Amino acid sequence: MKSYAYFPGCSMDSTAVTYKKSFEYIAAKTGLDLKEIPDWSCCGSTAAHTKNEKMAYALAARNLALAEKHFPGLDVVTPCAACYSRLRYANYAARKNEDLRQEIEEILQMEYKAEPEVLNFLDLFSDPDLQEEIRKGIKRQLKGLKAACYYGCLMSRPREVTGETDPENPMKMDEILRLVGVEPVIWDYKTECCGASHQVDAPEASRELIDRIFRNAQANHADIIVTACPLCNMNLDMREEEINRKFQRSYQIPVFQFTELIAIALGASASECGIHHHFFPAFDVINDQIRSGNISEKREQVQKVQEDPLKSGPIIVGKAGK
Amino acid sequence: MEKILNRDEGRLLAERIAKEADVKLHECYQCGKCSAGCPMAGSFDLMPRQIVHLMHLGDMETVMKSKSIWLCASCHTCVERCPHDIDIPALMEKSRMEAQKRGYCAVRNVKLFNDIFTETIRGFGKSQEVILEGIYNVGSGRLLQDINHVPEMLQKEIVRPELNQVRNKDHVRSIMKKCEEGGALN
Repeated sequence: MKSYAYFPGCSMDSTAVTYKKSFEYIAAKTGLDLKEIPDWSCCGSTAAHTKNEKMAYALAARNLALAEKHFPGLDVVTPCAACYSRLRYANYAARKNEDLRQEIEEILQMEYKAEPEVLNFLDLFSDPDLQEEIRKGIKRQLKGLKAACYYGCLMSRPREVTGETDPENPMKMDEILRLVGVEPVIWDYKTECCGASHQVDAPEASRELIDRIFRNAQANHADIIVTACPLCNMNLDMREEEINRKFQRSYQIPVFQFTELIAIALGASASECGIHHHFFPAFDVINDQIRSGNISEKREQVQKVQEDPLKSGPIIVGKAGK
Repeated sequence: MEKILNRDEGRLLAERIAKEADVKLHECYQCGKCSAGCPMAGSFDLMPRQIVHLMHLGDMETVMKSKSIWLCASCHTCVERCPHDIDIPALMEKSRMEAQKRGYCAVRNVKLFNDIFTETIRGFGKSQEVILEGIYNVGSGRLLQDINHVPEMLQKEIVRPELNQVRNKDHVRSIMKKCEEGGALN
């Protein structure tokens, strides 16, 4: 399987616990080879590109230059949609404008060729070799679990930066989740904005955005919403109860990272995929699926599960996670 | 309202921003697709299409004093749907930078959040979500915002007390300083 330079991004070490745990589980099971960029720093995020365009490019480029230096020839992969966007913007701008690229080198005091491709986790999981490993390792089929795949803005738009061919209806996550039996629903808010950091600095203006996303997912009969970004996930998961109160809704739609579902399919226990770190209770939806027989464990694998209950025990953990 | 930029100055500034953003303002025929699809439009005082129109007229004063340039989430829905590929997020962003230079800020908390975020990067080389939110709450006077989530976050180990820092902080700081000191793009 291909090796990649890995840029985790700041959230992966703090709020994105579920994302990190489930991803590490998958990486261990599939033999995925990610090489963390040594001494990486913040990509600059929203703050830098709001204040100073060159700073936005240079902060992102620092990490790409480090990747070029330590892991020449490898593509860079990052789990966060905002990091992905900022890293790709830096490459995009530097490739288009040679003067800018040289100026960035001057600022960084490092060589920066803007050569490595920047990939997000959906790109990574679209790799046929990794998909084959996942297919071989499946212990549970998540059949009948209806998921609204939520991509958000930055993995699709702007298309000249992301290279997405259909920014209004991306399909990568849908296809990845189908691998493990999940049934993606057709819905309208795949790429609508979650408000990003405005959920903190302009909550009055942006809570409504979350409400609309849940409303559309519910209208299209989704059991769960699935994200591929630490911030999208947190904005939806952490604020669902508040939205229910504030807008008098009764959404019962847990929010998962797509890696959690893959990890569950590969046999992860609750603590291994991090399901107990959710804000909005997420156990019931999985347990209901298991009880109704929709999530089927392969017979020959069940034996193994019992051998080492801690390592790949069944997902049922009662009410521990609320 | 007294106009600080006169018509010619406003026009020159709008032209410069449009050029940097690679936008031809006259190509906008006000179809309104940008404004129809904008997720933040409900809170905007000027619709995206009005921003383009005002810039075309050279009225940068009104643009820079608007809330819209601060509330734009840079989601790029507008430009994705624009029949003329007018890069409205770039116009918003560059107008916001010009507004900051002139001391305009119609949505104080957005600027505050970004200022604190930048300083945490300067301080640690990485973003510190807990410190960021804490200082923001104090600075904005919204002391209790999201505070209800804190015990749960600690209990579920979603946040931890330790800091994530870059080893070579001086490198990050020197990059930021050089960019702030100026150059073609600022």
